[in-house]
Amino acid sequence: MMQNLLRTEEETMLADAARGFLDKAAPVSALRELRDTNQSYDRGLWKQMAEMGWTGVLVPEAQGGADMGHAAACVLAGELGKTLVASPFLSSAVIAATALRQVSDDRALRALAAIADGTATYALAIDESAKFNPASTAMTATKVGNGFRLDGKKTFVVDGGLADRLLVLARTGDDDALTLFDIPSDRAGISRTRQSMIDSRDAANVDFDAVKATGDDILGELDDAMSVLRPAIEAGQAALAAEMSGLATGAFGMTVGYLKERQQFGVPIGSFQALQHRAAHLWCEIEVTASAIANAGRMLDQDPDNATLAVSLAKARATSTAKLAVSEGVQMHGGIGMTDAFDIGFYMKRARVAAEWLGDYSYHAEQVARLRGF
Amino acid sequence: MQTDTHQPEQFRTELHDWLSDNCPQEMRDGGSGESAICWGGKRWEFTSQAQKTWLSRMAAKGLTTPTWPKAYGGAGLSRAQEKVFTVEMAAINARSPLQSFGIWMLGPALLKFGTEEQKQTYLPPITRGEVRWCQGYSEPGAGSDLASVQTRAEDMGDHYLINGQKIWTSYADQADWIFALVRTDREASKHTGISFILIDMASAGVTTRPIRLISGASVFCETFFDNVKVPKENVVGEVNKGWDIAKYLLTHEREMISGGAQGLTGGRALGAVLAESAGEGGLTDATLRAEAMACEVDALAVDLTLERYKDQAEAGRGVGDASAMLKYMGTELNKRRHELLMSVGGSDALEWDGDHGNLPADWLRTKANSIEGGTSEVMLSILSRRVLGLPG
Repeated sequence: MMQNLLRTEEETMLADAARGFLDKAAPVSALRELRDTNQSYDRGLWKQMAEMGWTGVLVPEAQGGADMGHAAACVLAGELGKTLVASPFLSSAVIAATALRQVSDDRALRALAAIADGTATYALAIDESAKFNPASTAMTATKVGNGFRLDGKKTFVVDGGLADRLLVLARTGDDDALTLFDIPSDRAGISRTRQSMIDSRDAANVDFDAVKATGDDILGELDDAMSVLRPAIEAGQAALAAEMSGLATGAFGMTVGYLKERQQFGVPIGSFQALQHRAAHLWCEIEVTASAIANAGRMLDQDPDNATLAVSLAKARATSTAKLAVSEGVQMHGGIGMTDAFDIGFYMKRARVAAEWLGDYSYHAEQVARLRGF
Repeated sequence: MQTDTHQPEQFRTELHDWLSDNCPQEMRDGGSGESAICWGGKRWEFTSQAQKTWLSRMAAKGLTTPTWPKAYGGAGLSRAQEKVFTVEMAAINARSPLQSFGIWMLGPALLKFGTEEQKQTYLPPITRGEVRWCQGYSEPGAGSDLASVQTRAEDMGDHYLINGQKIWTSYADQADWIFALVRTDREASKHTGISFILIDMASAGVTTRPIRLISGASVFCETFFDNVKVPKENVVGEVNKGWDIAKYLLTHEREMISGGAQGLTGGRALGAVLAESAGEGGLTDATLRAEAMACEVDALAVDLTLERYKDQAEAGRGVGDASAMLKYMGTELNKRRHELLMSVGGSDALEWDGDHGNLPADWLRTKANSIEGGTSEVMLSILSRRVLGLPG
């Protein structure tokens, strides 16, 4: 695969700067406060993320972006994951930005500029059932005169409750004839119902009832959603894997801290070999997953047409590692880990939601197997 | 990446030309299995004239030990030049001219801890493949707790008298010399009474006995020392400070395992290997397929970690104790992989030397991977104390 898996100096500086900012502006207590006040994310924080260039991490400089590439986007996602920062970063700055970059018309360039300056947020409306499976899309876009009529239901539209615009995948014919539409979320016929998700973040069921669309609303070509959507989904999967890797690191840090401070039988519980070995094993898993994340970022930047294996490897590894980190985290914290007053539960809930979004472990392991000739 | 500013292209060209002129055709098959290895030593029988020629030509250029100083028979290459050397060797698919515990283990220890006289005496014969070394560390009562070695070296004035037993001494029955950990002070605490000593295997009182493993014949031996006389100048480093050398070599060994490993995925996907073993129709068993998929995911990620650590080492930042992670993860995965191969093979995989090669022997042998060179549990303890900082 790719040659150098070390962070560049630029990426290291980006990570350090992000960490410094987020530890003050968005610790886990910020997520708790959002949940307790029934909010999905902090628009003030989003504005600051735009000012720092994060929302434009994948936007060309000509459109006001920082254009730092996918490895850098993964670095940011990882730092966001460490303290469970709630924001539409993945949906807008990664997935939508990558989709729009596949299409260089004026409208796409304007949309990219709006993502970079933080004035437009996006959500990807793709799932229709409990498991990620874009190929089985049933929602239809029927040709009516010069335009289309969209009918169907999308579920688990992450960031879809508040997003300004929706990227909607709909069937425009048999077999592989899928088309991607980019439409405002307040268009007539669209109704959104917020889902009360365990991770306290924004997700929605979105119904489309005779929603009108024109050819101008199509992103990319008719009947060819995938040449725009595949790179966008892969960018999202890699960044989500990075977020989960950060999440695992955050949960692990809390857990090791607790092992050192919690006293039972007159000694720190971290002196018990049964716990030491479990903690050390978890560290190994996190370290190995970090390599898969680094590789996915490099592949997306250097050879995006052949990045599927690297991306699925990263998402599969991140899913299993995050699951282990939060399970071990709660177990090693003991009773206090089960209380809402303690933060480890937030990590567990986010890990579960992230595990399902954009393909679960089985989906990605199957991709790896297919690409490795199974 | 570190680059050599001293005419790197000229170095590459000269090396390239020399290798193409001097590497015999028979040595360009990329052979790396046991039968392709040249171990050297007084009793070594070359498998072909080409193997002998290749060794003597490479040794004359110092290229059996490329990074060792020229004064001791090496080629004195920089790290950047060594990288070029590796690439140029691979480009013609050249076999390694010589492998030995002298190159891997004793050499680095002598270069760091040996006296000038010891370096002059012992290093050049290693580079020429004239003396074969083995390692005498473990004892029946000193496995994971290596520092409790009991083999005694008694100070007899002008020499030491060695009594005791070593175990798991690879190739002891074919080695000319052994470097060993022996107890020189029985009163001191266990880490401070150990010395690192060099013993001629031809000395009176040394006997070896091969060990048969659950996987069949093996390269491991038991080695017995019965009133063996050893000159006092054969101690490396200070007397009673041998544990420092042992620790240095153990870390070096793990870093070498992590740096030199072929990788778990070895170019061929596990699925492809399994499908082949499964015969016509491929791997259809859903449970096995799911296990194989998970194994492949983990193996690819561990291989990438190997790459990342190599990049880190090349950037001049050693991985240190984290190398214990690669040893632990790599060996545990290798065991999983062989369990899968056996399951897929079914009853066909149960015969010694059956149609699938020696699958059961390989499978059984992998069980030692997570024991030799430090058990998985020792690796986890190292990580928890030295990397995570958990209280000992």
